[in-house]
Amino acid sequence: MAAEAASGLTAESATGAPLADARPGAAAPAARPTRRLPWISLGIVAAFVVAALFAPLLAPADPYEQTLRLRFRPPAWLPGGSLAHPLGTDRLGRDLLSRILYGARVSLSAGVVTVLIASAFGAAVGLTAGYYRGRVDGVLMRVTDATMSFPVILLALILAVTVGPSFPNVVLAIAVILWARYARVIRGQVLTLMELDFIAQSRIAGAGAWRIITRHLFPNTLNTLVVLVTLQVGYVIIVEASLSFLGAGIPPPTPAWGSMIAESRDFITSAWWASLFPGLAILLVVLAFNLLGDWLRDTLDPKLRQL
Amino acid sequence: MIRFVLTRLVQSLIALAMLSVVVFILARFTGDPLHLILPMSATAEDFDNARRYLGLDRPYHEQYLSFVGRALVGDFGTSIRARKPVNELLRDRLPNSLKLACFAMGVTILFAFPLGVLAAVHKGTAVDRAAQVVAVLGQSLPTFWVAIILVEFVSGRLQWLPAGGMDSLASYVLPGFTLGWFVVAGMMRLLRSGMLEVLDSEYVKLARVKGVSERRVIWQHALKNALIPVVTFAGIYFSILVTTAIVVETVFAWPGMGRLAYEAITARDFPVIQAVVLMTAAIVAAVNLAVDCLYAVIDPRIRYGS
Repeated sequence: MAAEAASGLTAESATGAPLADARPGAAAPAARPTRRLPWISLGIVAAFVVAALFAPLLAPADPYEQTLRLRFRPPAWLPGGSLAHPLGTDRLGRDLLSRILYGARVSLSAGVVTVLIASAFGAAVGLTAGYYRGRVDGVLMRVTDATMSFPVILLALILAVTVGPSFPNVVLAIAVILWARYARVIRGQVLTLMELDFIAQSRIAGAGAWRIITRHLFPNTLNTLVVLVTLQVGYVIIVEASLSFLGAGIPPPTPAWGSMIAESRDFITSAWWASLFPGLAILLVVLAFNLLGDWLRDTLDPKLRQL
Repeated sequence: MIRFVLTRLVQSLIALAMLSVVVFILARFTGDPLHLILPMSATAEDFDNARRYLGLDRPYHEQYLSFVGRALVGDFGTSIRARKPVNELLRDRLPNSLKLACFAMGVTILFAFPLGVLAAVHKGTAVDRAAQVVAVLGQSLPTFWVAIILVEFVSGRLQWLPAGGMDSLASYVLPGFTLGWFVVAGMMRLLRSGMLEVLDSEYVKLARVKGVSERRVIWQHALKNALIPVVTFAGIYFSILVTTAIVVETVFAWPGMGRLAYEAITARDFPVIQAVVLMTAAIVAAVNLAVDCLYAVIDPRIRYGS
């Protein structure tokens, strides 16, 4: 509402984020750097996708196999470490690297699936509200507001205890809250689009609501959707990890980064690697998605403000 | 203006009422709490007695209505786990959470304001880049992991600050920073883009032409309007803070509402779950309402419905 209303932004001034930001026009060196592809972020994301897809081939060991004799072996480069367990082992003697590789499956699929569900539903609500306006808009937006202000983790915790912690429940719990953000942003865009001539013209040409929404409005919101989706994958990965950490996410023994940290937490003083590496994995992949999202926004949709 | 506030108030109340139904239904799905409170050796008769004693044998709609009726006068029943009035638990925990939240908010403002403004004013310089790094890292670091690492290094190895509990001002530092960190990133970004937009506007140019000092232009004329988007998102930030607090309070053993929620949920403590969720939602709703009103006050465009 407000953000959109107040934004008479120019493309130049509103670039929200900007590692790839151009230097200011006035004081700047002559040439604006062209926007190069964010190779590092793309590389990291690609690496994690490969890790997730081919975990069984890449992992040096079985992520479930416990060898108590080999508990808390340090990483290979430290005294006592061996190349058989490059990143060391956890409290049950399971290979850390293998568990992190398999953990990528949980995190990435949770992130992508949740965001796809949330964006599809949110976009549908936003398109409907923006197209029909009036009462429909009023009701939908109140529901959206109420949803947006509800703490995600609280809901997920309740769901986890009521229905039991599982992958579908985590996805559901996050998606149930997350759609609201999409609905808000898309609605704002649709309201602007509805003022434009081409909508009036297609209406004169006899196009019905369905056609206008799917053929004219939706394609024009795609850029924004792509940006939001990318930016939120990282957020969902963090929420999923937090839930798994609290014991309300993916139940053990499935390797999930959050629960790996929770299991190793009590031993952090002596076996820091078991807490450190899963966290680094989260940081890396979320960072990559966020930088990618920032870049996409600057490229596709510089007007979009982001939280 | 009064009409606007009243409409928003009624909407919030309806939302709360809907939420209370959802919470009640969810809480009743939790499985039988009696299995957790009665000893293994309890007979079927013990179960019946306990169920009757706790009122869990009555029809659901009756349970719901009596719950709402009593909640309205501030009576949330008795905690199944602690066997204390839920009120008492809330009274103990809520202030602690508010104190932590205030501290975190202070941290946020202290960092986000100067960083966001300076990044916009010195766009493209090292300051800006540093601010971007803070922003991106802030949104990419998992809070619970940061908390654990901080506890290990700052409290464990260096022994500078307490690892948990709430004994002195020093024990606020770690949880407060961990909690504020995520919000710093978001607020800083909003401020930066808001400032960039405002610094470009005619009235800022006019102020400069008039000879207003650069410091006043930035910190008074420009910042005031750059704050509008920040205020818009304040409600969302608050709800993020509440969410993050559950994790942070759990890790730092902070005796607040977040930890109470976590404990209640893992112990299937119905009355406490209901009370905490409703209380949280009511607070979030109140903050959002306050934000909307504040917003209407500072931005006349909203008030006049343009």
